[in-house]
Amino acid sequence: MADATIVVQDVRKRFGDVVALDGVSFEVEAGTVLGLLGPNGAGKTTAVRILTTILPISEGRASVLGIDVAKHPESVRLRIGLAGQYAAVDEVLTGRENLRLVGRLCHLPKDESGARAEELLKRFGLSDAGDRSLKTYSGGMRRRLDLAAALVHRPPILFLDEPTTGLDPGSRLDLWAIISELVADGTTVLLTTQYLEEADRLADQIVVIDHGQVIAEGTATELKGRLGSTHIEVNVPLAQIDRARGALASVGEVALADTANGVAIQVADSGPAVIAAVRALDAAGIDVEALAVREPTLDDVFLELTGHSAEAEDAEVPA
Amino acid sequence: MIPTTVDQATLSREARVHPGSVVGDALTMTWRNLLRLTRNPELIVFSTVQPIIFVLMFRYVFGGAINVGGGIPYVDFLMAGVWVQSVTFGALNTGVGLAEDLQSGLIERFRSLPMARSAVLVGRTTADLVRNVFVVIVMTAVGFMVGFNYHTSALALVGALAIVLLFSYALSWLSALLGLLAPNAETAQAAFFPIVAVLVFASAAFVPVKTMPGWLQAFANHQPVTAVINAVRVLTLGGPTAGKVVSALLWIAAIIAVFAPLSIRRYRKVA
Repeated sequence: MADATIVVQDVRKRFGDVVALDGVSFEVEAGTVLGLLGPNGAGKTTAVRILTTILPISEGRASVLGIDVAKHPESVRLRIGLAGQYAAVDEVLTGRENLRLVGRLCHLPKDESGARAEELLKRFGLSDAGDRSLKTYSGGMRRRLDLAAALVHRPPILFLDEPTTGLDPGSRLDLWAIISELVADGTTVLLTTQYLEEADRLADQIVVIDHGQVIAEGTATELKGRLGSTHIEVNVPLAQIDRARGALASVGEVALADTANGVAIQVADSGPAVIAAVRALDAAGIDVEALAVREPTLDDVFLELTGHSAEAEDAEVPA
Repeated sequence: MIPTTVDQATLSREARVHPGSVVGDALTMTWRNLLRLTRNPELIVFSTVQPIIFVLMFRYVFGGAINVGGGIPYVDFLMAGVWVQSVTFGALNTGVGLAEDLQSGLIERFRSLPMARSAVLVGRTTADLVRNVFVVIVMTAVGFMVGFNYHTSALALVGALAIVLLFSYALSWLSALLGLLAPNAETAQAAFFPIVAVLVFASAAFVPVKTMPGWLQAFANHQPVTAVINAVRVLTLGGPTAGKVVSALLWIAAIIAVFAPLSIRRYRKVA
């Protein structure tokens, strides 16, 4: 990659006996979004902490804009923004004060940090709430402010650690729109997430990690094509179930159905396959009671890749 | 266009520590902590009311029963104890504040910003020092109202208050270390309280040490709270000052010398 903005080469990180990152390598191209996907405890946050100079590296190399994070952390910090999953903003202060505080700590002159705070409040739809204490903010507003705080010094690189975890669907969509806008403006983004849908929406490239190792990488489409599988499941009268199975076998591989009167098939591509399935069922004269399409989820991807479920993995990496 | 490489000259310029921004960042963090304090008026009221209650309680409840001898009114003896007691327990705020910032993830944000790394700890302890200046002034005013008087000079009184404040600053660093070691604010509080309770009550704060059993006297006479109180007493009540003041200053210097580096080291480690 000629234009790699973030380069991670065989990075290892140990906390005592616990290996959080076990030889991770990936690159992020300038102006693109990389989604770091994995269950809790996979090492996503550790990777972000290393790249943002919060944690020292145990072995390997990592650089941001060609700057080695271990050798020149000050220079890295001048060029990155971090928004975390815990929405690290001061609860007691107002939105405006929080942004001014970050502005001052980034050494913007006083009037400029004030102007920048106004600009960001406006951009993130928080102007009216700017003088309210964060205690009165909703989860979505808090995340927007957290993201705004990461942008105060106009960093070309942005790290988003599970930016929408725990948010309601509406706030999640808002945040996705904002992130897309930033990318359109040329920001390079590294995003960690537990949601395949989020990576799918935002990321140009996805790196899947588990137990501190990269287990797959590619675009969302590539990964889904390779790993997950779309299931089509139809519910039919019990008497017709064998005939339905026969009809659908021509469309995709028959899989385990969720219900007793269901027939499920695994297909590569949902759109054309649904039409083919409906045609086959119609031609066989089956009375379809219900039809459902289930897209591959992170859990499917994980099951496929690792043999264990993403949700079951709750072990936290000690900090 | 985003530059893909940064030249060596720029890197070394950016790596240089600017004394101006070290001070500036510490002041910004002090401002932030004081601003938080003004947003929590209940905390200001209660943390001021408590020392006032102590002044009044000891003055009027125990004042009649405790005879400190030497013809010194109990309230004059008491004030040194109440000042030091208040700032000692008040030092808890430093650790609790840091533990809260750690828990909320704010420290993580600060560590990702291009700011001086020292600013979080220096700003915190400085803000607590400013708060203590306010508390000590209020207590002194209340003390005067209930009959406190110094037997020396106004300058010696100011010196006494300065020692109280320096001691509060030293204890902030001990508190900071506990706050950074504790998994949460409640634990920081629970760890700090017994340490300072022993130091305050097994000291010369409220009763003369010679009224205690011998084994306790040995401890009470050789610990920092007593050393600081003794220095404050000679500065307010009179007597040979030099030795006691030096001893108090040595304790203060020792506490800072031990706990400031430990706190800074711990701060570098916590993620």
